Amino acid sequence: MKYTSREMMTIVAARQIRNGDIVFCGTGISMLAAMAAKNINAPESVIFFETGAIDAQLDEIPMAVADSRVMFGASLNGGLLDAFATMQNRITGKKVIGILGAAQIDRFGNINSTVIGDYFNPDVRFSGSGGACDVASFVPRSIIFMQHEKRKFVNKLDYLTSPGHLDGADGRKNAGLAPGGPEVIITDMAVMRFHDTTKQMYLHGYYPGVKKEKILENMEFEVDVSMAEEVRPPSLEELKILREKCDPQRLILGKI
Amino acid sequence: MKTRQNKIMGLEEAVNKYVRNGSHISIGGFTINRNPMAAVYEIIRQRIKNLHLYAHSNGQGVDELIGAGCVKKIEIAYGGNGKFAATCICFRKAVQKGVIEIEDYSNYQMTLRFLAGSMGIPFLPVRSSLGTDIVKKWGFSRESRLKDPKLPDEKLITMNNPFGDWLNTAKVVLVPAINTDVTIIHVQKADKQGTGRIQGLSFADTEQAKSAKHLILTCEELIDTEEIRTSPDQNQIPFINVDAVVHVPHGAYPTACYKYYDYDPVYLNDYAGWAGNENLYKKYLEKYIYNIKTHEDLINLIGEKRLKAIKANSSTGYATDLIRS
Repeated sequence: MKYTSREMMTIVAARQIRNGDIVFCGTGISMLAAMAAKNINAPESVIFFETGAIDAQLDEIPMAVADSRVMFGASLNGGLLDAFATMQNRITGKKVIGILGAAQIDRFGNINSTVIGDYFNPDVRFSGSGGACDVASFVPRSIIFMQHEKRKFVNKLDYLTSPGHLDGADGRKNAGLAPGGPEVIITDMAVMRFHDTTKQMYLHGYYPGVKKEKILENMEFEVDVSMAEEVRPPSLEELKILREKCDPQRLILGKI
Repeated sequence: MKTRQNKIMGLEEAVNKYVRNGSHISIGGFTINRNPMAAVYEIIRQRIKNLHLYAHSNGQGVDELIGAGCVKKIEIAYGGNGKFAATCICFRKAVQKGVIEIEDYSNYQMTLRFLAGSMGIPFLPVRSSLGTDIVKKWGFSRESRLKDPKLPDEKLITMNNPFGDWLNTAKVVLVPAINTDVTIIHVQKADKQGTGRIQGLSFADTEQAKSAKHLILTCEELIDTEEIRTSPDQNQIPFINVDAVVHVPHGAYPTACYKYYDYDPVYLNDYAGWAGNENLYKKYLEKYIYNIKTHEDLINLIGEKRLKAIKANSSTGYATDLIRS
């Protein structure tokens, strides 16, 4: 069965979510991945929004994390203060997996969602951190969605909005951040992870039909590709649930 | 006097009385939900300028204030509007052109800054942003901060944990309190004295409300004091913080108001198109804001059909099956 790149990315992300995880979601593909995980492989995961909604029912896809659709059927509706405290909290925070996106990423998984160009005279201004910097600072694991383009996988970020592993092995510890950091990068071509010791990004998997050379051509920096294996495409069952149950209007998935 | 029994005012009067050129201001809501849009449009209509705006993620209202030229400086975490605008269009253009000055924080930091203001303390500590450019790069220079008595001298301060390694924490970031001149929030229900009830997510509205010198409450429904006091556990806004109560049905339109109406995808998508084009945006300002006298007139201009489409389903609180693409 044919599938789109967005469907592949969503399912690959959903597979990273474990039963029992509290999933911090943003707008768009990240909440879809969380919905897919809950319906496929992690029925007891909890969808969690920075706006304060816990375990929202999500009968319809929200267009923003403040959409009234995140309020309906939630276990409780709080506010930003509670939501971020839950992630900074030493007990609940350990269970949280963040899902983030960005305009640029570097080899240590630090991300930029603020500006392209000089911060004081930007070529392009983006939304800024929102809650991303908080999540990236607090939680032990996160998934980052990226489009696989050379201008996005850069040697040096134009602005470091949200911390990954900072400058490598002891980066987070030296800065005073909680342990953890990004665990996996999911792009439209590949899955990247980080070496246990050096915290450098490496190619973990490539999508069916995508050559390793093409992946490297679309990045400014080199990564280790020696451990890469082909990523399993979405199964019929996974696709069916994603399309029929999670986003029947294809608001996030887009056209086939 | 904030304890008076009746604070009901018209919107024009309330904005005129409390929002001035150069005011430090914040508005409630989050991206496409419960922004006090009627008040935002009234501020634009009254041609109030040079506002210093504090925002976590108040998308639509913030973008319209910027687009209409009301804002000089902004301290913000997120200038986006969900799927309707990954980056708010007027916000993006104004920052790129250097029309507004900007200082970046995170959402939790902005929320804690309002909380500190509401608690009467100068700062609060947080473990976010260590090692990032949020700490390193200051949008407002130290010189400009030193000159402005209404701003703290530092954007933020990183310090070693004064309790040693208590809670296994080496460092914290201290973020400075915010006390606005005026804050405006839109709530579902209020009484004439100013007790307010928010339904659904409260975002950071309660912290914002309590950090303000003056608070304008716009409300969807004005209910009797006796009635709002039958369930005091459901009320979040204490009347002792409130200066003005303004009854504005559809006061959050075109953003959503949980249990009352959804956001209007037609308006928000049209807006995104207009905001990208200077001429169209001028026409938009004339037609939908300057040539409109009251929010009721805007609602009438939008018309029954669209209002019916966004009317909230009584069980879900949003417009079920609304066409949103």
